[in-house]
Amino acid sequence: MTQAPFPDTLLNDLHECLGPEIIRDKIEAGQVTIDVSPADLPEVCLKLRDDESLAFKQLSDLCGIDYLAYGKADWETGDTTRTGFSRGVSEGVYIDTRDIEDRFAVVYHLLSLKRNQRLRVRSFVSGQPAKIPSVTHIWAGANWFEREAFDLFGILFEEHPDLRRILTDYGFIGHPFRKDFPLEGNVEVRYDPDQGRVVYQPVTIKNRVLTPKVIRRDNRHPAPEDKRAEN
Amino acid sequence: MPEIRNMTMNFGPQHPAAHGVLRLVLEMDGEVIERADPHIGLLHRGTEKLAESKPYNQSIGYMDRLDYVSMMCNEHAYVLAIERLSGVTPPVRARYIRVMFDEITRILNHLMWLGAHGLDIGAMTVFLYCFREREDLMDCYEAVSGTRMHATYYRPGGVYRDLPADMPQYRVTSNRSDREVARLNENRQGSLLDFIESFTERFPACVDEYETLLTDNRIWKQRTVGIGVVAPDRAVELGFTGPMLRGSGVEWDLRKKQPYEVYDKLNFAIPVGVNGDCYDRYLVRIEEMRQSNAIVKQCVDWLRNNPGPVIIDDHKLTPPAREAMKDDMESLIHHFKLFTEGYCVPEGEVYAAVEHPKGEFGIYLVSDGANKPYRLKIRAPGFVHLSAMNEMVKGHMLADVVAVIGTQDIVFGEVDR
Repeated sequence: MTQAPFPDTLLNDLHECLGPEIIRDKIEAGQVTIDVSPADLPEVCLKLRDDESLAFKQLSDLCGIDYLAYGKADWETGDTTRTGFSRGVSEGVYIDTRDIEDRFAVVYHLLSLKRNQRLRVRSFVSGQPAKIPSVTHIWAGANWFEREAFDLFGILFEEHPDLRRILTDYGFIGHPFRKDFPLEGNVEVRYDPDQGRVVYQPVTIKNRVLTPKVIRRDNRHPAPEDKRAEN
Repeated sequence: MPEIRNMTMNFGPQHPAAHGVLRLVLEMDGEVIERADPHIGLLHRGTEKLAESKPYNQSIGYMDRLDYVSMMCNEHAYVLAIERLSGVTPPVRARYIRVMFDEITRILNHLMWLGAHGLDIGAMTVFLYCFREREDLMDCYEAVSGTRMHATYYRPGGVYRDLPADMPQYRVTSNRSDREVARLNENRQGSLLDFIESFTERFPACVDEYETLLTDNRIWKQRTVGIGVVAPDRAVELGFTGPMLRGSGVEWDLRKKQPYEVYDKLNFAIPVGVNGDCYDRYLVRIEEMRQSNAIVKQCVDWLRNNPGPVIIDDHKLTPPAREAMKDDMESLIHHFKLFTEGYCVPEGEVYAAVEHPKGEFGIYLVSDGANKPYRLKIRAPGFVHLSAMNEMVKGHMLADVVAVIGTQDIVFGEVDR
């Protein structure tokens, strides 16, 4: 069992405490997810932490997600009998051609030691660049997580005390975990014997996609539509 | 009057006490630390992004390389996430095997930690002793998976193979005599379970041996007591988990609080500290080794008496037997599909956490129904602990930085991912 106490009681308590600030909610694999808007986020987080019955004192995890390529397969396999398979060719990189509303989301995983329950809070971030209030003043452990999400996705955390890159190289350009950032990167380094130092140059390798991304529905699992109806 | 300024000192990234590639920029007032700014990412490989471009099973091996001293525990969180999303439960024997190897891994990790921590703050002998015992445990890894470290043994739906009936033996070489080989092979005559059992019988005495070297050692206590104190509330706030949290006196262990696999059927205790300093965390980890040893023993007893399958029989998720492929068309198709395309995990998201030797190791998996993860986030305990470095070393001496790095049990494979 994932979580011993019942997720639906948690969800009821959340609705009681937060009310209309919850935009959406769902229970999946015994885990509760609530969506809140970035504007409400600091207030919601404070309530979640300080409410006596909820007491989400610990932030387990914080991460960014880029929904740019969500649900897009490299290879259509629906109509195989009539047309045969399409060639499984993929660049593996999704070009940001459309202006996607709410492309990025920040996901917070909270843990309440008192209730022995976890909660997932998700907040879709919009705007160019994407901005969301920082929660470092609510959970001290958020500091590096927010730096990481900034570094990898380019999400700006407002009022973060020290928003620097953390995982990538000094002077790195771009945000590597975005879906439109190529897997092999843009630059590589090598030692240049003439100049006697390490130099940057455009990448010389090409990404080969050996296994294209395929989306298949399995009849043994409920279809996504049914799942939505359940929640 | 000359002007007196704080000195900024660079520590690492190549320093034996930095446990890998940690670069610390220290602002010093004399020999006292004013501010510590860890620079990480020197070992960043983009594991999460790589996983997004591969079928699920191909990333299991990457998990080993995260925290490369507790390999199987990393795999465990990953396969748990896939299993929970696909709604699969492995056979009970597989769950016992996993728990047994999780605890073997915990001992492996704590031995490595103890040795390195000891070496950092001036206790040379422990390092050698710890590596002697680690060798046996790595042989267990090898017997079961073929490799000493990066096992790739756990699979969604169970484990790759059942425990072997015999242990690999040492052979005579030009620098190893008959007598030496006979001694080395003495407890390798039976099955892997026999070997593990002989280890569990021997190991408590080894822990006693480490303790005689350290626990009441005056130098050891001077270097660890009162160093890097974290209050319980603060530890929770900072996101501490595992021995770092328990060392501060918070009784929180996922194996007890949110039991996964078969931990609820096993008998063990959770040690907690009192003062939240390096010494208490040392005591907690030492006791954890003893408890893990007890768990391994219980698993060995159970596994001896309960043969059975170790992986589910659903060939959409696990490969069919090679024998079956010889004359069964369907098995052949399953095998081909699995190894070319992999399996699709139903759309959804899940967070699976295990009690890793270092703390809570979590995998947040988002699937859009494809054969590759849409997003994989690894919640590494070391990352969170290291982020509290500044707070833990402020006001301490330079030499205590090394003690704090040691007590945090930092491994850069998981911090930088």
